Amino acid sequence: MNWNANSLSMRSMPVDERLPSRGSARHKNVANVLPLRSSTSDIPKLRLEDVTLSYKTETDQRLLALDRINLNIRKGEFLCIVGPSGCGKSTLLHLIAGLHQVTSGSIFVDEKPVSEPGTDRILIFQEHGLFPWLTVGENVEFGMKMKGLSKSERTERIAHYLRLVHLLQFKDSRPHQLSGGMRQRVALARALATEPDVLLMDEPFAALDAQTRDLLHDELERIWSETGCTIAFVTHNVREAVRLGDRIVLLTFRPGQVKQDFEITLPRPRHIEETDVARTAREVLDCLRDEINKSLEAEYANVER
Amino acid sequence: MSNARGAAPELKSRATAAKVRSKVTTGVRVPPSEDSKRRILLRSVARQVIFYGALLAIWALVVEAKIWSPYLLPSPKGVAIALWDGFKDHSFWIGIAVTMKRMLIGYSLSVVLGMIIGLGVGSSKFLEETLGGLLVSLQSLPSICWIPLAVLWFGLTEKAILFVVLMGSLLSVTIAMEDGRKQMPKIYGMAGRNLGARGFRLFWHVLLPASLPYIVSGLKQGWAFGWRSLIQAEMIFLSLGLGQLLMMGRDLNDMSQVIAVMLLIIVIGFVVDGLVFRTVERRLQNKWGLSPVS
Repeated sequence: MNWNANSLSMRSMPVDERLPSRGSARHKNVANVLPLRSSTSDIPKLRLEDVTLSYKTETDQRLLALDRINLNIRKGEFLCIVGPSGCGKSTLLHLIAGLHQVTSGSIFVDEKPVSEPGTDRILIFQEHGLFPWLTVGENVEFGMKMKGLSKSERTERIAHYLRLVHLLQFKDSRPHQLSGGMRQRVALARALATEPDVLLMDEPFAALDAQTRDLLHDELERIWSETGCTIAFVTHNVREAVRLGDRIVLLTFRPGQVKQDFEITLPRPRHIEETDVARTAREVLDCLRDEINKSLEAEYANVER
Repeated sequence: MSNARGAAPELKSRATAAKVRSKVTTGVRVPPSEDSKRRILLRSVARQVIFYGALLAIWALVVEAKIWSPYLLPSPKGVAIALWDGFKDHSFWIGIAVTMKRMLIGYSLSVVLGMIIGLGVGSSKFLEETLGGLLVSLQSLPSICWIPLAVLWFGLTEKAILFVVLMGSLLSVTIAMEDGRKQMPKIYGMAGRNLGARGFRLFWHVLLPASLPYIVSGLKQGWAFGWRSLIQAEMIFLSLGLGQLLMMGRDLNDMSQVIAVMLLIIVIGFVVDGLVFRTVERRLQNKWGLSPVS
């Protein structure tokens, strides 16, 4: 395969430690601008070590969903996790969030093992993650309330983060009164308000129309660079991954394993319709093709049985 | 107007959001005009007035026809006088107060207990298969059947009556809580835990409100069962209350009083069900953006 050296570099595991390409301007020769090894950020923000998950199906068979996933995410990195449906990419986020337990292996945040949910890692769901019995403001307040922040600080942060997603005027609305894109922005504000180190995003824009999604890509990129948080973003949309990510990790179809790791060094801000983005996406997609076919085969086999 | 979702403008971007903002903040549902709303309400009230008027007229005519003697079928006027007298000598007020007090205590107990048992059953496979099955089978037992045991255990005290009320509504509440726990979208629990809610706070701030729309009908049913059980218990177990007033009417062969008390029981039941529970349900649906069942 003929990789575009400028936009994409294939690397073998383990991951080498580079500073995030945050804020790198439109340089033609991006790779030269990046310091190749940094002495300060060698410790990954998030480290997965042989993370394995298997569960019992209804017919009492053990199904291996995730198989020895090893993954490092650097501080401030925007990592996209891509794979065919059924590869367990959402499950992987749930494991990182501590909502499910790993069968074996470990997950470390700042080299400390985690097994329980914590407000240092906030998950944003595909949809319906907002609490319909609370107003927009109260939704944003929720995590801070659970953390035990004072009322005045909560009020201040509600305003701050709602302003960040441009929804301050909807503070007293109910989630059902907003459109899908606005709801995801509230979810983003709710997650950010707890000031997490890691944002876990589970296909957050999959249910939105294309224009809204484009807008939210811009906003997410802006917020990411303003807050400096680390993001693990799951999607099945390769182009979206190339549009957003510093790095893309490809997972295989069941059992999910890390198949390939791409560094995306295209200059930011990117746009989803740019030819560079499209070309890079095409290359990633070629690599993903086999897995997609396997996933489809499994699906058809199920139908015909 | 169709339902709320149909009428909700789908805001596509911030630019358009600004334009339609006023619509959103003033409520997405485009309400029917005040005038047509009033007309619909007026028509419905008129129908009901005519219906009940006709019912009263037929009753009065049958009494006038003197087919049955007045002690078998009292006249509407006799019932009205019985009502008036009952309220004037305070016996009805006392009866209502005593009955309502028992109802409130018994019902509150059953809601608290039902919540605990229901959540336990809803969250444990073992309890669901054992206790859950028992609860469903117990529901076919009219709670008045507990009276002999209740009197034996608690004597002729308030506790015995409360026990019967409790047994009447507890099962409905428990089953409703269990259902609510199961039907509630799992994502709310996950989101709550994700945002740092644990244990009791997770229950109080997330699981309970999230299951509320699913348990309100169970709470309503629990109230209805409890109310019936209470009146039945009071009729057997003489100690003030509306049930006793009804039985007193029977002992004095005063069918006007019997019917008057029956009317009171109906009206109280209707008011609580129609006003309290309906309002709660409607509020909930508005808050959640569920289309109201009208």
